[in-house]
Order: sequence, then structure tokens, then C-alpha cells
Amino acid sequence: MSRSKSAQLDRKKLFADPILVSTIVLLLVFLILFIVYPLFVLLIDSVYVKGEGFSMETFRRILDMDRFRKAFSNTLVLGGITGILSTVIGLLFAYVDCYMKVRSKVLKRLFDVVSVLPVVSPPFVLSLSAIMLFGRSGIITRTILHIYDANIYGLNGIVIVQTLTFFPVCYLMLKGLLKNIDPSLEEAARDMGASRWKVFTTVTLPLLLPGLGNAFLVTFIEAVADFANPMLIGGSYDTLATTIYLQVTGALDTTGAAAMSCVLLSLTMVLFLLQKYYLERKTASTLTGKASRERMLITDKSVTRPLTIFCAAVAAFVVMMYIMIPFGALFKLWGRNYSLTLKWFKYVFDYGGMNAFKSSVVLSLIAAPITAILSMIIAYLVVKKKFRSKWFIEFVSILAMAVPGTVLGVGFIRGYSGGLFRTGLLQGLYGTGAILVIVFIVRSLPVGTRSGIAALRQIDKSIEESAYDLGANSGRVFMTVTLPLIKDSFFSGLVTAFVRSITAISAIILLVTPQFVLITCKINEFAEKGSFGVACAYATILIAIVYAAILLMNLFMRFFGTSKKITEVE
Amino acid sequence: MDKVSKGVRLENVSKIYTDPKTGKDFKAVDSISLDIAPGSFVTLLGPSGCGKTTTLRMIAGFESPDEGEVYLGEQAINALTPDKRDTAMVFQSYALFPHYNVFDNVAYGLKLRGVGKEEIKNRVHAILDLVELEGMDARMTNQLSGGQQQRVALARALVVEPSVLLFDEPLSNLDAKLRVSMRTEIRKIQQKVGITAIYVTHDQSEAMSLSDQIIIMNKGVIAQIGTPQDIYYHPSSEFVADFIGEVSFLKGVVRDTRDNKNIIAVGASELAVPAYQHLENGKDCTLVLRPEALSVADEGALPCEIVLSTFMGHYQNYHVTVDGALVKVTVFNPKNKKIYKAGEKAYLAVENDSIHVL
Ligand SMILES: Nc1ncnc2c1ncn2[C@@H]1O[C@H](COP(=O)(O)OP(=O)(O)OP(=O)(O)O)[C@@H](O)[C@H]1O
Ligand SMILES: [Mg+2]
Repeated sequence: MSRSKSAQLDRKKLFADPILVSTIVLLLVFLILFIVYPLFVLLIDSVYVKGEGFSMETFRRILDMDRFRKAFSNTLVLGGITGILSTVIGLLFAYVDCYMKVRSKVLKRLFDVVSVLPVVSPPFVLSLSAIMLFGRSGIITRTILHIYDANIYGLNGIVIVQTLTFFPVCYLMLKGLLKNIDPSLEEAARDMGASRWKVFTTVTLPLLLPGLGNAFLVTFIEAVADFANPMLIGGSYDTLATTIYLQVTGALDTTGAAAMSCVLLSLTMVLFLLQKYYLERKTASTLTGKASRERMLITDKSVTRPLTIFCAAVAAFVVMMYIMIPFGALFKLWGRNYSLTLKWFKYVFDYGGMNAFKSSVVLSLIAAPITAILSMIIAYLVVKKKFRSKWFIEFVSILAMAVPGTVLGVGFIRGYSGGLFRTGLLQGLYGTGAILVIVFIVRSLPVGTRSGIAALRQIDKSIEESAYDLGANSGRVFMTVTLPLIKDSFFSGLVTAFVRSITAISAIILLVTPQFVLITCKINEFAEKGSFGVACAYATILIAIVYAAILLMNLFMRFFGTSKKITEVE
Repeated sequence: MDKVSKGVRLENVSKIYTDPKTGKDFKAVDSISLDIAPGSFVTLLGPSGCGKTTTLRMIAGFESPDEGEVYLGEQAINALTPDKRDTAMVFQSYALFPHYNVFDNVAYGLKLRGVGKEEIKNRVHAILDLVELEGMDARMTNQLSGGQQQRVALARALVVEPSVLLFDEPLSNLDAKLRVSMRTEIRKIQQKVGITAIYVTHDQSEAMSLSDQIIIMNKGVIAQIGTPQDIYYHPSSEFVADFIGEVSFLKGVVRDTRDNKNIIAVGASELAVPAYQHLENGKDCTLVLRPEALSVADEGALPCEIVLSTFMGHYQNYHVTVDGALVKVTVFNPKNKKIYKAGEKAYLAVENDSIHVL
């Protein structure tokens, strides 16, 4: 028995559809050139020495560096602590949300706000405000507590800031899982005489365990890959991401940086594969059923009160940290003189700020629609089509999620500064706005693809088949049926890509040229120098831009959204 | 419609799938051959998982066969994509475009064919009249009842005047009453436009009432092809007999053939059955007995014992044993007939003409 004939026919049919074939080819070229190739070059660079051939020399060299060994252990420690703390706090939030009667509307709203913040938040923001709150001239440390030598810089600072940044991701993941636990399981345990705590430890927690592992790994990867926060608040606590950056910009040793990048990449990649192909599957298999009924919410005050108060305090604190930013831009001198002024904003616009805004906005506006369309096309091919290279397209575009920005940045430097394989081919790309746009696209593609896949799985496949059957080719089917049905998802992908691009830092900070200064680089520059007023002014405007984009998205969905109509049909 | 409809021919078509659990390949459709005449209404009938949908989807072009060739009219179409095949499918889930209204749904295929605006309008309205949906053209599809949605799906397929209409259990989402009225509707429209229709169902009454020909499938192979009467009265196997309608089987031995009759011994008794096919003397055979062709009486061909006797209103339902084998009997209009009770001994009266021998 062999399936070769149908495979051959399928191929024939595929090639009868030129739009489809050229789309696939273009996609493959894009993914290979801008994701696979830069990472591949890093590997080549670190094991191939010119004139000597294959050699582990570079690895030996970096392994001999104290700085590198320290950074490596620092990275693991940081990932571990941030991962655990974020998962625990995320679990508390999810538990309160799913199991407790929260009467206060304000609190509900606060939970919602907190859960979207990390998606839209520019990097640095939490670090900036943490410094302004707890630093040497921090409001809390200096002004209120009169501590004059407070030190927020270092591991503690990074952990606090990263935990507050990443726990909402865990919250959302775990909330989804808790909602799927059938309440009757817990009621059965309760009925057999288990106390509430016993139910939690013997039923809820074991069911949730793979999910918790999943959340931990996701945060671990994020924390390890994070560049902005360790850069700003890390002080002398260097992680792999910052060490790689310094190796490029300070030591001017891109080969060493390439080898370090390989180490960091292997770390995130292994964890990501573990998470994706083992834990995620396990989570799905233990928690398949939908909850059959509404859960009886916990009303016992001795349980609800401390937990809700804790969560409310954390949430309020996060929100307050964002509010600090505009204030930081409006006060004359943080820590000393709290009278209002517009001088920082004036400074921004007097010294090239406008340029930075223009580059950031324009480049992001170019990247966003390309990303959105690309990710929808990838999602469409992955969900609805059969062809040989499909696994590759899916694998690469999702795996890009696990590539730390710094690593990608080094990859682009090594891969494109001398053209493809240093042959000079495509050399013109390096140092242009185009390469920044490409990096933006690569960085947002996985997120868009993932949500596109989720949206497309919702659509009954026979709807598209019937269009196909009536005589539409695949391009036509995509434009007239698929895209209109996932309009909402497409638009939110568009805005997400825009927001991610305009707030991106880790990959592009290595690639910017004086011609294209970006807002995030400016924030980094001034925060590093200790000019918090200017940094805050930049950050405030950035937050305003992001917020406007999101408002626009919500407006669009309200007036042009289709999802509502479509779900009613179900 | 001025278009000539085309026949469909399958020659030794197979489809191999990989079982996702065991990872082993198996033939979901195993070397089937069919020849469907232009303009006829054919149903594919069979138990769940027997390969009906797969067969239909190979005709539509959504799946590629691993062996054999599919012909539309005289043209081999294996390598054509669905959009290039002159077939139109009506899906079980209707598959209406939720972002279009009724008119745009029906007009979709016409627009793709570059038909002029005015003509699209006329043709859509004509088809909507045909399926009795006039005046509904501006509704969104979610403002329609299930039966109306089904008719929009039918109109959308019909309006492009395909050579062949394909249906995959189009009525299974409707309630029983609507199912019956929709199926007469479909048959009426099909006959009116004279189009070839291939209809997948696992509802035997649907197959019976609609079809010119029924194709019974089992485990990827064709068990029997024939008119509804053929299949009911002369099933080719126990599977087919059992799948269509109620049936009981009795084991017997062929004793003799004379005067165009086969003499068959069942236990100590003998039956003379019309000889449709040649049976060798001395061979074991199986009698196929439809319950409505049997009755219980004080005298008859085969002695039996009543095991169950239930009053069902318009008939009396008996289970009897003949020579140890269970036989079901229905006696219609039992009011003025003798009713036997469980445990009584009686005879099974058989209309010899209605017995089929396997
Ligand atoms: N894509 C697929 N991959 C693997 N196996 C498949 C696939 N599609 C169908 N099958 C298997 O092929 C066999 C035939 O499936 P098919 O859908 O044709 O059955 P069917 O006769 O239409 O059944 P039903 O009446 O339940 O719709 C089944 O065993 C099914 O599990
Ligand atoms: Mg089926």
C-alpha cells in the first residue's frame, strides 16, 4: 500500500494554483533569509575560524571569560526566580478570578487592565518607575523613608520588575486552565470530606501541574531573553542578553557574541521545545473537558479577604508604576524638586525627538500590515492546506518566538553586515530602515501566526471548501471568505504588530544607525545617563501612541467587527 | 437549464489514510468502481466510517485517490483542483458564508464565472424562487431557519449549473419532519433540472425514497449497487439485507431444483422458493426473511414457538423460534386476527415468493 499517487496528485493540484505556489515560495525565502539564515550564521561563526576551519576555539575562549560564566549562572538564577514568582502570583490572580466572588467592579476592572498591560507595555517602563520609586532619589526610599543610599540596581531590581511584567501572562494562561476544570471534580472531593485546602492540594493543583510548568517555562524564557530591564536596572548584574550586547558594542567582538548567542539560543530553544511539545500537550490531555456547570464560588471571608487584598495591592501597584511615568516627565528634578514643568518635553523636541518619533512610527506602520498579512497567510496555509514544506513554515515561524531579540540582532549583524555569507550579496540591506522593518516583522510574526491559527481553527473548513468547490482559486478563497471571517483577528494582529514594533528594543538596538534613531533607543540612552525626566517624556509619548493604537482597534471592532455576527451562527 | 448533465465514473478508486493512533496505513476506500448515468439520482449508503464521505470528496476533488481514476463524463479529472471541476457540493453543515447575505451567497459562484450583473440578478432570483425562498435575498444567513439555510445551500450549488451535484448528509442537521419534506423537495428540484446527483446518507429511508440507484458501502468496498427494490428484495449479502430494513435469517440446505423452484430444507420441513439464481444441490444456504412477508398461523410451512408477542397498534410484533433460530414477524392490522401468546406453539406462514436465498 502506498500513498504516493495521492501525494503526487496533491502536488499536481498544488502546482495548478500559481498564487498558492508563489506564496509558499516567497514565504520560504523570507523565513530562510531572515530567521533561519541569521541563526545559522551564528552557529557557523562560533565553530568556524577563518583559515583554521572547524574549531571549538571561540567557545573555549568565551568559556574562559569569567564574565561569561557569571552571566550564564546569573541568567539561570534570574529566570528561575522570576519564573517561580510570576507563576505563583499569576496562580493567585487566576484563583481569585475563577474561584472567588469579587463583588467590586473596580477590582474586576483592575484585573483586566493588569492582564493587558504587559502586551502593550514598552520595555523599560517598569524599570524606570522602579528606579524612580526605590532608587537613590526614589519617592518611597528617599522622600518618604529618608533612605539616602537605597540600591534597587541588581538582581532584586530585575526580579521585581520582571515579575510584575510577566505574571499577567501566567495569570491569563492559568485562568484559561482553571476555567476548564470541571467543578464537579472538586465537589466530589469536598463531598467525601476534604477541606478546601485539601481539595486545592489534591485535586486542583495536580490537575494544574502541567499548566504551571508551562507557565513557568514561558516566563523563564521571557525573563532570560529580556534585554531592556536587566540593561536598565541590572547594575552590575549582567545576564547573557546584556553581556552579548556589551560584547558587541563594548568589546567589539562579534564572534564572541555569536558564540554566546548560540548558548543563549540553545537554552531558550530547548526550554521552548519542552514547553511546546511536551507540557502543552500534557496540559491539553489532563484538562480536556469543558466545565459542565458554573462553579460555586468561595465566599468564606477568611480565605477571600487576604487573597483579594493581596491581588488588589499588586494590581494597584502595577498601575501606579505606569502612572509614575508621565509624572516623571512633568517634575523638575526627580527626588529633589517636585514642581511642575514642561521642560523635559521641550528638550525632547528640541534635540531630535521628532526624528525618533517619525522613524519609530513610520517603520512600525510599514512593518505592521506586512506582519499581519504574513501571519494570516502562514496561519491559513498551516491550518487549511497540505503541502510538503508546511511543517517547516509552521515550525520556523512559531520557533522564532523562542529567539531572544539580542540573539537575532547579533545574527543580523553577522549575517548581513558583509552581505549574505560575506559575499556582498544583499549588502545594501544593512544599515537601512528596511532591515529594521524586517526585524520588526520577524519579532511579531510568531505572535500573529499563533493567534491567526487559533482564529482559523474556529472556522468550519467546509465554508472554504464550498467556495473552492464553486470555482474560487485559493487566492480568491483567502480574500473573499477567509480574511473577512477573521477580520477581527487580522486587525488585532495588525495593532499588536504595530505595538510590538514600536516598543521593540532588544534586537534593533544593535542594528540602529544614526539615520534611524528609535524612541526605545532614546529612552534607553537617557535612562542610562540618569536623565529620567527626558526618558519619561519619551516614554510618556510612546505610551500615548500605543494607547491611541489600541483605542483605534477597539473602535474598529465595535463598528466593523464581524466576529459577533459569525459566532451567532454557530 | 440548458446544460447537459454528465455522468460520473470511478475506476478502481482507492484512498489510503494513516490511522492517527496506530500510524498504520489503511484503505478507507478500497478499489471501488461505479458508473453513474447522467441525470440519475444515486445515494451512497453505509454505516459510519465506511468511506462514503471520502468517496464523495474524491469526486469533488478535495481528496486525491491513491489508485484508480475519476471521470466526469468522458474526462479524467484526477489532477483537477475542486475549483476546476464542474461539480457543486451541498455540505452537511450548509457551509454558508456568514459574512454574506442570502443573495451574495447564491451569487458567489456566478461572480467567479464573470457573469454580468443583470444576469446574476435574474438567475439568483430564479433559483431562489425554485427553492421557495423568494423575498429572503437580503437576509443574513443567521436569520434563517435550518431548513431555509439548507435551501440556500442548495440554491448556491444549483445556480452555477454544475454537471453534478454532490450532497454529504445534507439533511442530518434538521429535525425528522423537515427532513422528510426537504428530501422530497430535493428530489423534485433534481428531477426538474435533470441534474446528476450523488447523495451520501446513512439514513436508509432517505436512500429508499430518493434514489434511482443505491450504492451500499461497507468498510471501504461496495457491497451492492441496485435500485431500491433490488436491494430490498434481493440483497446480495447478509450485510446488505441486515443494513436495509428488518430481517431474519434461517439456515437451510438446497435439496433440489425443479419447475423453476429451489427446494430448500429447513430443519425437518421443506420450502419451495422461486429460483432467481442457480443453487447447487446439497449446498448450505441462508434464507432472507422480511418480517412483513411472514405471519403466524395454526398451520404452515415451518413449525415455530412464540417467544414474544407485543401489540404495537397498527401491527402485532412476534418473535418466534424456528429450529432454534429467532425470526421476527409483523402482522399488520391485528384487530380481527388470532393473537398468539408467548410460549404457544404455532406455524410460520411464509409467502414463498418473497423469500430470498443467499
Ligand atoms: N483525514 C483523514 N485521516 C485519517 N483517516 C481518515 C481521514 N478522513 C477519514 N478517515 C477515516 O476513513 C474512514 C472513512 O471515513 P469517511 O469520512 O469516508 O466515512 P463516512 O462513511 O463518511 O462515515 P460517516 O457516516 O460517519 O460520515 C474512517 O475510518 C475515517 O476514520
Ligand atoms: Mg461522512
